[in-house]
Amino acid sequence: MNQSLAHSAEPQRTAPIGLLVTAITSIRQLVVPILVGGFALRDSPIGFGGLLFLLVAVLAGNLVVAYLKWLRKTYTMGVEDIRVESGIISRAARSVPYERIQDVSLEQKLLPRLFGLVEVKFETGAGGADDLKLAYLTEDQGEALRHLIRERREEEAAATDSSEGEVVASSQEESGEIIFSMDTKRLATFGFFEFSLAVFAVLGGLAQYAETFIGMEVWDPDLWFGLVQSQQGALESLGFAGQVISAIAGLIALLVIGSATGLIRTFLRDWGFVLEKTARGFRRRRGLFTKTDVVMPTHRVQALVLGTGWLRYRFGWHGLKFVSLAQDAGSSSHVVAPFAQLEEIDPVIRAAQFEPPSQSLDWHHASRKYRFDSAVIEGGIFVLIAVVLAGLVGAEVISGFDYAPLVPLAPLAAAALFVAANLYAWQFHRHALSATQIFARKGLLSPVTRIAARVKLHSVEIVQGPIARRRGYATLHLGLAGGGFSIPGLPLGRARELKLAILDSIATRDFSQLK
Amino acid sequence: MDENDDAVARTAAPAPEQDAVLALAQTPVVDGHGDDQPLTELHPNYKTALRVQAIIASIPFIVAAFVLEGQAILPTATIMVPVVLIALAFIIRLPARRFHARGYAMSTDRLRVARGILFRRDTVVPFGRVQHIDVNQGPLDRFFGIATLTLHTAGSHNASVHLPGLGEPLARDMREEIRSHIKREAL
Repeated sequence: MNQSLAHSAEPQRTAPIGLLVTAITSIRQLVVPILVGGFALRDSPIGFGGLLFLLVAVLAGNLVVAYLKWLRKTYTMGVEDIRVESGIISRAARSVPYERIQDVSLEQKLLPRLFGLVEVKFETGAGGADDLKLAYLTEDQGEALRHLIRERREEEAAATDSSEGEVVASSQEESGEIIFSMDTKRLATFGFFEFSLAVFAVLGGLAQYAETFIGMEVWDPDLWFGLVQSQQGALESLGFAGQVISAIAGLIALLVIGSATGLIRTFLRDWGFVLEKTARGFRRRRGLFTKTDVVMPTHRVQALVLGTGWLRYRFGWHGLKFVSLAQDAGSSSHVVAPFAQLEEIDPVIRAAQFEPPSQSLDWHHASRKYRFDSAVIEGGIFVLIAVVLAGLVGAEVISGFDYAPLVPLAPLAAAALFVAANLYAWQFHRHALSATQIFARKGLLSPVTRIAARVKLHSVEIVQGPIARRRGYATLHLGLAGGGFSIPGLPLGRARELKLAILDSIATRDFSQLK
Repeated sequence: MDENDDAVARTAAPAPEQDAVLALAQTPVVDGHGDDQPLTELHPNYKTALRVQAIIASIPFIVAAFVLEGQAILPTATIMVPVVLIALAFIIRLPARRFHARGYAMSTDRLRVARGILFRRDTVVPFGRVQHIDVNQGPLDRFFGIATLTLHTAGSHNASVHLPGLGEPLARDMREEIRSHIKREAL
């Protein structure tokens, strides 16, 4: 039993002046209610005095609560961790080990700044809302805290380089080896596969915009009705062949517009796409007008996603994405090879210190019971719809046209389709465990393969619903920073086997050594 | 830390009498990592706390049932009886089942948390991946002397794993234990 070191350091309170900031903030929040209240009560017998009394009471109440909160909020700089305890009725105690603190940031808003106060934020790998915050400390206290933590960290990791995020590389050229690039021809091919009709949505939006400015009633049915009527005469005069031709012409126009959209977007985004491997990691440059230059340190690559599209897959085209730490997720996309053949992607995967998936791995399928159950469930929904529709037809709610009795057949056909697709797709859903990685592949038309480094995972969870428990299969969820990784429908034994193997890998290295 | 000598399916939870002395609460450490390792039971007060929660939650329904009875829309007791029966099931039966479905196993380098009646979840967090640790107590928890231990990880899934219903001193001791592992392994 380790002796409790927590009590060796004195718990401290935050700066008492902070109470003043809280009070002023609460007054500011009360301004609108006061104005509204004053307006509403201007003729009532309670009158202004009553309002004033209420105001003082609310303010006093706020202050008392703020004071109690302040009284009950302490932070302790222990030997190994910093801990904050807070709460008047509920109690919350958070402990953050120094080893896990990646950065300390001091934030000053206008009001606290006037009083020389700062809000101190301790960033850990957990990121976001779960980080530890201390509001408010005096500037000196904040600075001292930051200093202390930096010192502690430097003691710990004299050798390990400090963790920096994605840094936009400075203008000086770093020599690197180009591992993937796309020429104009490749971009053109990519553009065609990026076929998109999004432009029509944009046009719709623009039309609405025009409506407000020009005053043209775009959504006025009469306008369009008139237009169609005026054209209809012309169209009818063309005869049947003419109508077919104009329909085909319309389709071709659609194809041209869709392809053009894809081409333009691709050229704008990926012009001059170059991926280099430098000493610091991966460096990606792309863009026609807005050039982006992103450096991704190799050690921050948590997992890889190898995706494709249903059509481009038939031609062997794939895309590779990195999954990076959670706090980087929002900032930029981590596409490193958007459109490439597998043999071009393999070197990129190896450069990221991963192994590409291969047939020689020990691939496993999901449980056959899971295959049966999910087919039944997906088909069953449509069968249910068919039954309801049949009932409605029987009750003559759906009637009045010749095909009414055939209506329930449509969902039945869908049911058959989904059952067949599910049964067929099963053989493409598979996973494999190698010495250092876990692979999971899913998808029938456009398969996606996820590759994660076993040692870089954070937790393992086995989930079983009521059906899964009865039938002996489970879903395995892996805690991956910056993304999800789950394998559904594993036989329970296999799920446990994977869990144990992965947990043993994780346990070999501490989080702080992952960098 | 003490080595666990209990070989039975469930190790005993620390006795509630220990509450008074903080130092006496010791983290039960379980051998092995397998799925057949024994799960440690939560604090008995947790079941009571769950019951009280259920009572509080069912009050509005009981009141509504009373009011509807008073209106005499339906024959006597047709609303009251089913509502009371359901409430009783929620107050007596469900907390007991939830309590038994939950448990944890703390081994030398990881914490396993199992929960759920209908949907079973079995989560394992290795200490080497813990970012920071919370010990939280609501008003009810404070009354019953229990607390929730929360482990935060950097993963997107299972970013925070909660283990409710620990005796408060035990929760603090487990926090110290886990934190000391972070220190040890980082060096």
